[in-house]
Amino acid sequence: MGSQGGFGQSKEFLDLIKSIGEARSKAEEDRIVLHEIEMLKRRISEPDIPKRKMKEYIIRLVYVEMLGHDASFGYIHAVKMTHDDNIHLKRTGYLAVTLFLNEDHDLIILIVNTIQKDLKSDNYLVVCAALNVVCKLINEETIPAVLPQVVELLGHQKEAVRKKAVMALHRFYQRSPSSVNHLISNFQKRLCDNDPGVMGATLCPLFDLITIDVNSYKDLVATFASILKQVAERRLPKSYDYHQMPAPFIQIKLLKILALLGSGDKKASEQMYTIVSDIMRKCDSTSNIGNAVLYECICCISSIHPNPKLLESAADAISKFLKSDSHNLKYLGIDTLGRLIKLSPEIAEQHQLAVIDCLEDPDDTLKRKTFELLFKMTKSSNVEVIVDRMIDYMISINDNHYKTEIASRCVELAEQFAPSNQWFIQTMNRVFEHAGDLVNAKVAHNLMRIIAEGFGGDDDTADTQLRSSAVESYLRIVGEPKLPSTFLQVICWVLGEYGTADGKYSASYIPGKLCDVAEAYSTDDTVKAYAISALVKIYSFEIAAGRKVDLLPECQSFVEELLASHSTDLQQRAYELQAILGLDAHAATSIMPMDASCEDIEIDKSLPFLNGYVQQSLEKGAHPYIPENERSGMIDVSSFRSQEQHEASTHALRFEAYELPQPVMPSRISPIVQASSSELVPVPEPSYHAEMHQVAASLPSVSDTGSLELKLKLDGVQRKWGKPTYSSAAPSTSNAGTHKIQNGAPQPDGVISSSSRAHDISYDSRRQQIEISPEKQKLAASLFGATSKSDKRQSSASQKVSKTHIPAAEKSHLAMNATSDTAVIEKTPQPPPDLLDLGEATVSGSAQSVDPFKQLEGLLDLNQDTSTINSSIVGASRAPDIMSLLGETALNVQGDSVANLLSAGRDDANLLSGFSNTPVRNDHGGCTLVNPTQQLIKGPNAKESLEKDALVRQMGVTPAGQNPNLFRDLLG
Amino acid sequence: MGIRFVLMVNKQGQTRLAQYYEYLTLEERRALEAEIVRKCLARTDQQCSFVEHRNYKIIYRRYASLFFLVGVDVEENELAILEFIHLLVETMDRHFGNVCELDIMFHLEKAHFMLEEMVMNGCLIETSKSNILAPIQLMEKAS
Repeated sequence: MGSQGGFGQSKEFLDLIKSIGEARSKAEEDRIVLHEIEMLKRRISEPDIPKRKMKEYIIRLVYVEMLGHDASFGYIHAVKMTHDDNIHLKRTGYLAVTLFLNEDHDLIILIVNTIQKDLKSDNYLVVCAALNVVCKLINEETIPAVLPQVVELLGHQKEAVRKKAVMALHRFYQRSPSSVNHLISNFQKRLCDNDPGVMGATLCPLFDLITIDVNSYKDLVATFASILKQVAERRLPKSYDYHQMPAPFIQIKLLKILALLGSGDKKASEQMYTIVSDIMRKCDSTSNIGNAVLYECICCISSIHPNPKLLESAADAISKFLKSDSHNLKYLGIDTLGRLIKLSPEIAEQHQLAVIDCLEDPDDTLKRKTFELLFKMTKSSNVEVIVDRMIDYMISINDNHYKTEIASRCVELAEQFAPSNQWFIQTMNRVFEHAGDLVNAKVAHNLMRIIAEGFGGDDDTADTQLRSSAVESYLRIVGEPKLPSTFLQVICWVLGEYGTADGKYSASYIPGKLCDVAEAYSTDDTVKAYAISALVKIYSFEIAAGRKVDLLPECQSFVEELLASHSTDLQQRAYELQAILGLDAHAATSIMPMDASCEDIEIDKSLPFLNGYVQQSLEKGAHPYIPENERSGMIDVSSFRSQEQHEASTHALRFEAYELPQPVMPSRISPIVQASSSELVPVPEPSYHAEMHQVAASLPSVSDTGSLELKLKLDGVQRKWGKPTYSSAAPSTSNAGTHKIQNGAPQPDGVISSSSRAHDISYDSRRQQIEISPEKQKLAASLFGATSKSDKRQSSASQKVSKTHIPAAEKSHLAMNATSDTAVIEKTPQPPPDLLDLGEATVSGSAQSVDPFKQLEGLLDLNQDTSTINSSIVGASRAPDIMSLLGETALNVQGDSVANLLSAGRDDANLLSGFSNTPVRNDHGGCTLVNPTQQLIKGPNAKESLEKDALVRQMGVTPAGQNPNLFRDLLG
Repeated sequence: MGIRFVLMVNKQGQTRLAQYYEYLTLEERRALEAEIVRKCLARTDQQCSFVEHRNYKIIYRRYASLFFLVGVDVEENELAILEFIHLLVETMDRHFGNVCELDIMFHLEKAHFMLEEMVMNGCLIETSKSNILAPIQLMEKAS
């Protein structure tokens, strides 16, 4: 302890914390930190700083970075601290470097050595600290430096070390799978570690491995299921219990793994049914953690091969979620509904009103989740309502990321389920109007393609209709101000291709509109390019049709403007237009064939039309063109660079000496090389070639290719139009399928009760409908189909289903139950049994009869004397002690602030109300009962923590000060 | 990787602890913190404790004046993360005794150590309070 008191921290540090704690604005905080940086810069490089002081400086650096300022001037000192022998200092140093550096930082090289040394330390705390850093700062290149030691540590006698070594290996696998591929079997070995902590940690890498390659781990299904069973039966040490649930976090991880393994695998899934249904039954649905496990069970059930019994209990759980007042549970309800809907589409209908409530909830999170659900259940009968709602919502939000997402969803749905051309075009217009700049360029190309290709059927009139309605709606929209660039590009392209196609609009009307667009968006070169290309098309169509073309005055001035444009691309297009105007009908047809945007265009990359020119140049003594990758022997610097291209491109330092320059071939130096190569090097934009030649018959194909490459990159774009998705006939077939499974895997109890529950639900929802507003009913009807009618049908159907289930289940109950039980028993003695003989293995029976105080175990310290738990009298008797303590030390504390301290817990009772969850509140309700006692006891060492309070008061931080919140107990 | 970051931020939006499990530059961290803190602090108590942000979710929970924000991947179990936060607070409470914001500020490194024991590579690896605190208590004894 330093001379300053309680924390071993200096007055300076306390002052810093105090001022940061009391800063009222970000600006004030920044001022404090900048001042701190100045001081640290001066102090930290002074010679002979005591280690303790240095540690404090390092933590102050951590503060500087945490508050958003650069502390790189002090990194090296943190690195130095990692060399210290004292474990506390070393770990602080390690912590600081993991917070400051990334794995590619130059300073890492200075730490690797220390890590290697520490991994061999006798002190397991040092080894653990080093393994923590390994997980954060070892990159692909440095893995080999520590890998052998990490592998060795997998068998370390301390479980904490084994656990961290597993995670280090996991990290290596994340960084560079190939470097540890041969070591992956170690994870399976550690799964059977006799320490539950190691086993629990090993689930993380195994989860990743199974995600990547399910099939290699199918043999572990029984192992995972039996571990889960043991966990659920409270075979793990009590310290893993959380709010009366046995190791819930491990259960959740295991359920996630089982979900992966059972997905689409009937055999594997059958091994899980029993344990999953057991867990679901045991879940305490009044606590958050119980619901978390329940949620994971539902996720698992919806992922594995369907089992009607489990689906039924999942559906029950979902309806509980949806009926809850807690938004968190509603959210989970919507989420799980979305998962289950694929397996049993009829389930959504029971909850239609709850879904609509969530959709209209002001809570954005809930709303979005509901849109996700709607997205999943869209079909052609409800696409209009859903997409309409989605677009309305899209318009209302500002978050660009989500706007983009929802826009692309709208587009996807519209393409898939559009009931009519007109609706499709209108929908796309709305999406583009409001989110045109956000949607992926692909979406725009896709739209153009759909307009060009139509439905993909043979119905030509439908295609023409689609195009005409697109043209018409675009002509209406195009005058609106501030349209997104992408949208304008689509408009220009469509007007150019199809504007005059049906003869409704004249070749003077459309160009006028196009020129207006170009003028209104004169800063957008891409739009102008699209506009001029559209003009080219319209005029050449006119010429091809044998009509005389008169350029409108505004077109004339637009073309003139582009002829002088800085953009060579625009210039090129303008010249092309001019050239085309002078051509005859035949030439125009071959340049710009009508409606040919869907034709394939062949590109001859060898540019054969240039052969003559090349030959001529060669005859004149020009040097032949050398492709870039062969240009190695040239003399100038650039050739050197191309030789070192690889190194140069990675911007890495070279450590080897440069090679001697190679002798130069004299014949290779030729003045013409540069000129000719600059002419002949293939340029990305094809329009440049055309520049060199007259506009001839060869031009159109080139320029057309160019524009097509720019606009219509359709390769790899999936065709969505008209593709059928789930049909409404699905339920009946899936029911038939599930019957069989029911017989195979009986779930003895709950059949009757759940069928009666189904009754309740349908009854409930019918009753609810009486109170709901007609608009909601209407919305429900449009989303889910007919409401009350289908509801009735629903309930009777489910009744029928469950009735037919009963005999089957009962019949097989006895026989199957016996076998399945023995099966489980037979499987347990394999690898996992280690879990059974854990040292602490608590008797599972005792778990049920917990003494009420022990239920609060999480809040009371185990080290405490039992006497303190038992009575508040003890606490009360300590009260005078506190008073005297405060009286002694708190010089500047007024009486009222003492009272403040004592009552701090109580007047902050509202702290807990931060949680909307009733379950949570229940939990805490329990805590508050004990709180008065706790308040006075103050954790493991009452006296010390009171001294702590007194001390900070002395430093000037008081609960009554500028930020009284600093003193509030987080747990209330 | 499940957990992307753990943040503790007070009501005024000042960061009290920040741990990232993927590397972000100082500027990125600053921008991210400002953005999500603004988002979460604006929400009412009745609303969900989950917020979607870009391509991940933020699970947050308020204790007195301190907000705990955890950024996770989309497939993570929200409620479990919410309880992970509570477990963290309970663990700190066991160690510090009636933990308050000031405890975390004065013992920033210890709060980090606890987090280091609980989360590695963005995965929740230890949930037993005694296992989490054992190395920290040993270390305290040693120095």
